[in-house]
Amino acid sequence: MAARVATGEPETAGGRASISARTLRKDAWWRSPATTAGVLLAFVIYSTWAAFQTTDYTWEPYISPFFSPCIADACHGSSSTWSFVPWWPLPAILILIFPLGFRLTCYYYRKAYYRAFWLAPPACAVAEPHRRYTGETRFPLVLQNIHRYFLYFAVIFNIILSYDAIVAFRDHSGAWGHMGLGTLVLLINAALLWTYTLGCHSCRHLCGGKLNIFSRHRFRLRLWKFVSWFNERHMQFAWASLVWVALSDVYVRLVASGLIHDPRFF
Amino acid sequence: MATERRFRVWRGDAKGGDFHDYTVPVEEGEVVLDVMHRLQAQQANDLAVRWNCKAGKCGSCSAEVNGHPTLMCMTRMSDFPPDDVVTVSPIRTFPVIRDLVTDVSFNYEVAKRIVPFQPRPMTEEEKEAGSYLLAQEDIDRLQEFRKCIECFLCQNVCHVIRDHEENKRNFAGPRFFIRNAELEMHPLDTADRRDQLQDEFGLGYCNITKCCTEVCPEGIHITDNGIIPLKERVVDKRYDPIAWLGRKIGFAKDQRRL
Repeated sequence: MAARVATGEPETAGGRASISARTLRKDAWWRSPATTAGVLLAFVIYSTWAAFQTTDYTWEPYISPFFSPCIADACHGSSSTWSFVPWWPLPAILILIFPLGFRLTCYYYRKAYYRAFWLAPPACAVAEPHRRYTGETRFPLVLQNIHRYFLYFAVIFNIILSYDAIVAFRDHSGAWGHMGLGTLVLLINAALLWTYTLGCHSCRHLCGGKLNIFSRHRFRLRLWKFVSWFNERHMQFAWASLVWVALSDVYVRLVASGLIHDPRFF
Repeated sequence: MATERRFRVWRGDAKGGDFHDYTVPVEEGEVVLDVMHRLQAQQANDLAVRWNCKAGKCGSCSAEVNGHPTLMCMTRMSDFPPDDVVTVSPIRTFPVIRDLVTDVSFNYEVAKRIVPFQPRPMTEEEKEAGSYLLAQEDIDRLQEFRKCIECFLCQNVCHVIRDHEENKRNFAGPRFFIRNAELEMHPLDTADRRDQLQDEFGLGYCNITKCCTEVCPEGIHITDNGIIPLKERVVDKRYDPIAWLGRKIGFAKDQRRL
């Protein structure tokens, strides 16, 4: 038998069905954006704190990824010292701009933070709270279109961090043929950053996505297929690399400050 | 064995309406559309439900079940706990005609504005063969886009027009970005659709929150394989100063046609 159920004020904009509820979803739709917001906030708080901690971020042969390349005098003697702004007191601030820009304009992270922080929308079929919406058509969000330029910088940083991982096969006195837990930490860090970068949508486009006639560009077709594999897992690599880069910083700090001893494999 | 299940179904038209409670017997293995048909047959003969194939291929029975945009014929009753009161409502973004049936003509109006397929002239070899000659790898990518059944669930869930009726003037929606992607990436097509995509179809409104991909019953990667590649092609033309300079001095060419 039918029974009428009142549902509040009718909504007739555009002749739509008069359903006033913000959403009729019953599942925990808020869980995913809340988790995203929590993890991203935790990373922002930690990385901001770390950027201002200008001690204990390097211990031969390791250097925190937040401070590499080491561009200030503060870390002379570390693995990759390129001291072109020796006077600059907070090297991480200069360095973090590039990976931050890369992730801020990343097509995956855009989804994550538009949902989690801007609530546009908070989840699918859940109404957003904004009265107007212009998306990425106006300043400043139109600047999301420069993502590929941050990609170019990200590749440079990946090369530097890969170099850091390789020189971590030296021991504390600089002799080659060493591997400690820190070496493994930096190797995984570099590998995860490459997996994230290779899966970048701009990278996929530049590698071959922009072509219409693949049959005339066999190498770029193979390249496109190769990076497409990473692109399908872009979200997973985005989170894994983000968390690992923070853990790498934590590890180097723990070793450099003497709180833990770096276990040596050989 | 049939079990009695409870439903809240939106009944009404553009003038108004609300949810009605029903208790309907449900057989094992049934989908929501089966239940709506039983409801229509036994309790609410005037219930308006649009459907056709009951196989997830015609795209007619789009609705929102417990708030999720979905095809009723592809939504199993076994997905819901036995004590759940299942809510069934029309898709929200389009004008309601009656009960669960909406007027989706907005989409057909957008479709009319898309620049038609403009193939290049045939080569001599193709003229002899009587048809265009295409390499499989050149059209593999397009097959995914052709799976679209035009259920318009992606159009319905997209917050750009779902939450902002006024944006319908400036935004084509995910389904038509996919249609444009299919044409734009076609190895034979000669039209440049990028200006229309950005200026008229509102590609920049999309903030790639991927709800279109989440609801697509055909599993098309609407955002990753369609919208984002289109955005990148627009960047090539409009927002990449090095690419622009390269074209100006003749160093770089439009790689879509190479």
